[in-house]
Amino acid sequence: MHQPTPRARAWPLAGLLLLTSLASHAAPDGDTLMQKGGANPAAMPCISCHAPDGKGMAPAGFPRLAGLPADYIRKQLHDFKAGRRQNGVMQPIATALTEEEIDALAGAYAARPRVNVAPQPVGTPPEGSGAWIALRGAWDRSIPECTLCHGPGGIGVDPSFPPLAGQGAVYIENQLKAWRGTPAVKAHGKTRAVAAVPPSRQNDPNGLMQHIAASLTPTEMKAVAEYFGSLGDSSEPFDDTQHRLR
Amino acid sequence: MIASTTYRPALLAAMTLALAGLAGFGAQAASPRTDDQTQLPQAPAKAASSPWFQPPAESSLPNNAFGALVRQGQAIFLNTKALAPQYVGNELACVNCHLDRGRKANSAPLWAAYTMYPAYRKKNDKVNSFAERMQGCFQFSMNGKAPAADSEVLNALTAYAYWLSTGAPVGQALPGRGFDEPMPPKGGYDIARGAKVYSAQCAICHGANGEGKKVGATQVFPPLWGKDSYNWGAGMHRINTAAGFIQHNMPLGKGETLSDQEAWDVAAFVNSHERPQDPRLVNHDIEATRKKFHEGDGVNLYGVMVDGVLLGQGVK
Repeated sequence: MHQPTPRARAWPLAGLLLLTSLASHAAPDGDTLMQKGGANPAAMPCISCHAPDGKGMAPAGFPRLAGLPADYIRKQLHDFKAGRRQNGVMQPIATALTEEEIDALAGAYAARPRVNVAPQPVGTPPEGSGAWIALRGAWDRSIPECTLCHGPGGIGVDPSFPPLAGQGAVYIENQLKAWRGTPAVKAHGKTRAVAAVPPSRQNDPNGLMQHIAASLTPTEMKAVAEYFGSLGDSSEPFDDTQHRLR
Repeated sequence: MIASTTYRPALLAAMTLALAGLAGFGAQAASPRTDDQTQLPQAPAKAASSPWFQPPAESSLPNNAFGALVRQGQAIFLNTKALAPQYVGNELACVNCHLDRGRKANSAPLWAAYTMYPAYRKKNDKVNSFAERMQGCFQFSMNGKAPAADSEVLNALTAYAYWLSTGAPVGQALPGRGFDEPMPPKGGYDIARGAKVYSAQCAICHGANGEGKKVGATQVFPPLWGKDSYNWGAGMHRINTAAGFIQHNMPLGKGETLSDQEAWDVAAFVNSHERPQDPRLVNHDIEATRKKFHEGDGVNLYGVMVDGVLLGQGVK
């Protein structure tokens, strides 16, 4: 078998080192990207909407990114790029980000504090409330309780099921609507028919969310979004050792 | 030694099927139902227009000693490992197989089970009380130790099942009991095809190696094989039983979307992996255990060579 000389082996290694150093020049660290935006000016600074601490701006519907799984953030940015997740603000930004920038941002947000949900006594939620949908579901409509996939207390299950606890209520409700689209309205009297609008968010694995969003009423969507928006605290570090009851 | 039993024709057909499926022969169109409910009268089909039995609303539970015991039973049902750790040898909870807290039809709802006991079970060749039936769940599905029949855990779980059955007719088979297993597909099942269904539809929650998913100390998605899952003596190790559960209930919230073929294929894939040993193991002998306990128990792969590996060795 041919054995390359030590010298011949050294050259490809040197080339690799050169490439690596170039790549690290091209992608600044995630924290700088959040504050100053990407190399392309269209990739605006994340902090202007997601806040300097990455916790978002709940009343305006800008989601918390701090503590979300890196793989989840990476996937969302790719889905914005590909149009599987349609959003007038985020699609141009995601399109302007390079792959290296996406990786850096995803890693930096994932490294920030995750929402902690303190284990709490398990009671019976009021029937029909947001807490009921979150903790009991509506199985007669094939809607499992949210916590079955998003984890007890909505703490999230990496990497595919993001935390709901600590996420803004407006954002959660908007996502449920995005997965649902709007059904067609028939012409009635003087009103004209309105065509159905397909879901603007179609990036959920196996379509797990589309079906749920289509089966929830608007009132339930709002209530369950408000329930999760009211949970969570990141002043305490996320406690991995606690057994959380359902 | 199991006393001689009168096999129902369906059972004989299923035993034949078990062999036919393995050899890749076309399976006969016959019911594979041979689970531990075999001795019970078969659950009738539900008329499309009539609803499933409705267990009482949680809000109707009284605030007294009875209500407290029922609530305790529900809590154990949902958090079995956390609240009854001495009886649980894996990472499963009752609610993993009995969805919607034991309320969901075709997910072995408690309201359909409770009212059918005491009943004869071939599994231990005697008439079992409901408490004894639940002891079996702990020994096999939970791969643990059975709580005593008069223990606090079984009292609470019994109270919960009793309350869910409020208004259900005693001794009358209700539609939705068990898992309503689909007919075995004509061409048999195919483990390799099942692996594809698994990676497309199941792995996101149950993991590429069937390990499930945890958050910290809390198991969120249940392990389907390996040391933390149900053992080789659990009803779910039967491909026919798992096919029923999967078809009606999986993926979560999207039940009734897999075909009979897909349900059987993916059930066979899941149940072609190692899991904890059958606690009834006879003389450390897999073949003897297969003959005694698995040969007549639906369609299963215990003691069978799959891809050159003998299944049923158990994992710890």
